Amino acid sequence: MLKQMEGSKAVAEAVALCRPEVICAYPISPQTHIVEALGEMVKSGELQPCEFINVESEFAAMSVAIGSSAAGARSYTATASQGLLFMVEAVYNASGLGLPIVMTVANRAIGAPINIWNDHSDSISQRDSGWMQLFAETNQEAVDLHIQAFKLAEELSMPVMVCMDGFILTHAFERVDIPTQEQVDAFLPPYEPRQVLDPTDPISIGAMVGPEAFMEVRYLAHAKQLQALELIPQYAAEFKEKFGRDSGGLVRTYRTEDAETIIVAMGSVLGTIKDVVDDMRAQGHKIGVLGIISFRPFPMQQAREALQHCKRFVVVEKNLAVGLGGVLYTTLRMAVAGLKLTGYTAIAGLGGRPIPKSSLHKLFLDAEQGALEPVTFVDLDWDVVNRQLEREKQNRHSGPIAENILHAKGMSSSAKFG
Amino acid sequence: MFQIRVHGRGGQGVVTATEMLSVAAFEEGRHAQAFPSFGSERTGAPVVAFCRLDDKEIRLREPIMQPDALIIQDPTLLHQIDVFAGLKADGYVLLNSAHSFDQLGLGELVQRMGHARLAALPATELGIKHIGRPIPNVPLIAGFAALSGMFKLESVVKAINEKFSGKVAEGNIAAAAEAYELVKQQMKEAAHA
Amino acid sequence: MGYQTVKFYQTGTYTVGNRLLAPDERSVQAGERRSNSINSGHRACQGCGEALGARYAIDAAMAESNNQLIAVNATGCLEVFSTPYPESSWQVPWIHSLFGNAPAVATGVAAAMKVKGRSEVRVVAQGGDGGTTDIGFGCLSGMFERNDDVLYICYDNEAYMNTGVQRSSATPPTARTATTMPVGKEPGNVFGQGKNVPEIAMAHGIPYVATATVADLRDLEYKVRKAMKMRGARYIQIFVPCPLGWGAASHDTIKLARLAKETGMFPVFEAEHGEVTGVLKIRNKQPIEEYLKPQKRFAHLFGKHAHPEMVAHLQAIADRNIRKYGLLDEEKVNAQ
Repeated sequence: MLKQMEGSKAVAEAVALCRPEVICAYPISPQTHIVEALGEMVKSGELQPCEFINVESEFAAMSVAIGSSAAGARSYTATASQGLLFMVEAVYNASGLGLPIVMTVANRAIGAPINIWNDHSDSISQRDSGWMQLFAETNQEAVDLHIQAFKLAEELSMPVMVCMDGFILTHAFERVDIPTQEQVDAFLPPYEPRQVLDPTDPISIGAMVGPEAFMEVRYLAHAKQLQALELIPQYAAEFKEKFGRDSGGLVRTYRTEDAETIIVAMGSVLGTIKDVVDDMRAQGHKIGVLGIISFRPFPMQQAREALQHCKRFVVVEKNLAVGLGGVLYTTLRMAVAGLKLTGYTAIAGLGGRPIPKSSLHKLFLDAEQGALEPVTFVDLDWDVVNRQLEREKQNRHSGPIAENILHAKGMSSSAKFG
Repeated sequence: MFQIRVHGRGGQGVVTATEMLSVAAFEEGRHAQAFPSFGSERTGAPVVAFCRLDDKEIRLREPIMQPDALIIQDPTLLHQIDVFAGLKADGYVLLNSAHSFDQLGLGELVQRMGHARLAALPATELGIKHIGRPIPNVPLIAGFAALSGMFKLESVVKAINEKFSGKVAEGNIAAAAEAYELVKQQMKEAAHA
Repeated sequence: MGYQTVKFYQTGTYTVGNRLLAPDERSVQAGERRSNSINSGHRACQGCGEALGARYAIDAAMAESNNQLIAVNATGCLEVFSTPYPESSWQVPWIHSLFGNAPAVATGVAAAMKVKGRSEVRVVAQGGDGGTTDIGFGCLSGMFERNDDVLYICYDNEAYMNTGVQRSSATPPTARTATTMPVGKEPGNVFGQGKNVPEIAMAHGIPYVATATVADLRDLEYKVRKAMKMRGARYIQIFVPCPLGWGAASHDTIKLARLAKETGMFPVFEAEHGEVTGVLKIRNKQPIEEYLKPQKRFAHLFGKHAHPEMVAHLQAIADRNIRKYGLLDEEKVNAQ
């Protein structure tokens, strides 16, 4: 049913349609509206049988999900940013134990400095945690990915993060088609665990594993993600058949047929990029887009196929691998190994910095003309940065960086409007 | 694409206003995208929220920097921030005030843009009168429907009914109806001026 | 089985002779139908108090739950010695997740059982004092506060033994550990620190809190069975001497546990909804030295560079426990 609704609410409805049995969550922006809505559904009896547990921390949230999942219940939680980092030990444990938990990550920056706005630093920090990571471009896709995520997680007995841009998607009201319970039931069978704590058949889960077997256990986690490379497109196709929509899959290309320049990105910024690409196509530029939906497992082959005929690619990333550049770019470099391709990293939108069409337009033109640095920081205020660097050179007691930058920014904006 | 920017303060229902605008557009079969300028929730702090309308899917995710319309829920913001930044030359401005633009020192704006696309509405007073609370958002949405002709009043009523129920919905619908008429009246007067 | 007063003891041990009791009054562990939840063959040290305590506790919980039990384990000695891959001593469904999250994992298991309509399946979480009073404390308090249907058992051996005997917030003052060495002006663990988790548990107002030792195994079984008769969050802290970490003879485990109780160093009591409802009285009060001397972790308090003032301070702590919990009968107090 078509509805005009908030992304968080839509995700909550999608999760509810998946019949979760245990939901445990700790409040953190911008995830909060999702679990608030689910909590209300459980309390009102609309979603049952389901246990909603208000835990004391994200570490406990993931731990409760570990317990409930191991005991055979379909388990869900949601988090963001510092919350994800606070639960990291349990995040790795959930995948290590092979528990098919689904978690929404409402993507948000990581401090310090404290910042509640969107970027992808949180999910990306967990790229090696053993969780699958699917990035939604729109709220519709966020809805659909959750339904696919439970199926994927439970088939492989491995956890999945559905990543959606915090605020930009979670707090956006837009048109979403919410499927019916019958549709979801026909797609997603009841959870049948591969391992379960049950007094009728006692097993031990979580034993210590020494050097003689640890590598094999870890390899199997890798093997599961390789299997996911097969399952994800398969489920997307089945989803399209049952729901009539293209959602999910490994990658999605847009106007790449004869593209000389391909822009690569994940999440909601793909929408803005497509608008820019349409404008540039209208002006005769041969430019297209490669959206990465599945970041883990990473679709090496599909990314390579998408890029192999272009001349250059620009990766617009909402993360910063400090001391290196961009995480997606370095991964893509592995995918296109041996191909003679010029590649650029464009770090954009950190901590919620808007990514306007105008900036992207200029960026893409510069790339076409070979005028980009290998690593570009989109809309970085160099004046403020250089002033701080100079301050540090001049003064041993240069003070806290964030506060200095804020001060400089305040000066410059008052100069502009004052 | 038509882009609306709403300025107000925390507690005035700014975000709700854009959400209801998007629902009203949705009710008329259009695509709409509403989103807040994200920040910590603090009563009284300046808040901005956005709404885009289009006949096709809206993919753009940047904040609205060149709005086609402004709704200003709190006239005290006029002295605090540049609410008019980026406003298109043929844009609309709806201001929550019992005073006229001239009285508020916005004569220059009227000179530049003319009367046809500007309106002031005592929305807070309408909120108090019909809902018993100084929340100006619903009267402003209805007023904006009248000013811009972008929505029918019925669509605003549908959006109200989706958001509220019972007495609150009734009060809001009454406030919306009066706001709609007041702005229509202003438009007529402006046309004859 | 209710709590019973039995007036005869085996010589020297104070242990109730099960053979002298009617079969239905014997301990779970003495019964033929005990579940052997932690089977033989595990890798615990000789004289391990934790292995003994866990065996009695989990078998009692199994008996009371009609063998419908799931156990959650924090990282620690018990976890490591019971599950060396690919072997497991556990005859109950058992999960180990992390050091600091056993209470929360147990909450999840209990929630799953509830949602699946299997309320007959009960959940026990267990950890050492480090996993309970330190790193798992946030999760423990959360589980208590929500009154989740979990019995949490802390096996208290007063330090991090698995990692090489480091101080925890359950380590007593003056005790030598790898991080509180007997050097300097204040040798060993300092006075004025530490965390009384049974009392903190009581402050949560949870249905049941109890302490027990491996010297009074019938009392331990009674408390586990009583706890298992209740629903909601329950906490039992079991005092389990560690021969390795304490520098004690492995045959002294029971003796040290008894002396901890008989000196007043470890008050044995039970509480319901935040109020003490019963204490295990001291039968034959002993001076603190009797408890301290057999343990190398307190060796620096005696001998050539003795610290009698520290011994006196420890005695004062024991005496305070005795007063606070009423561990001595009135006539014995007056006789002193």
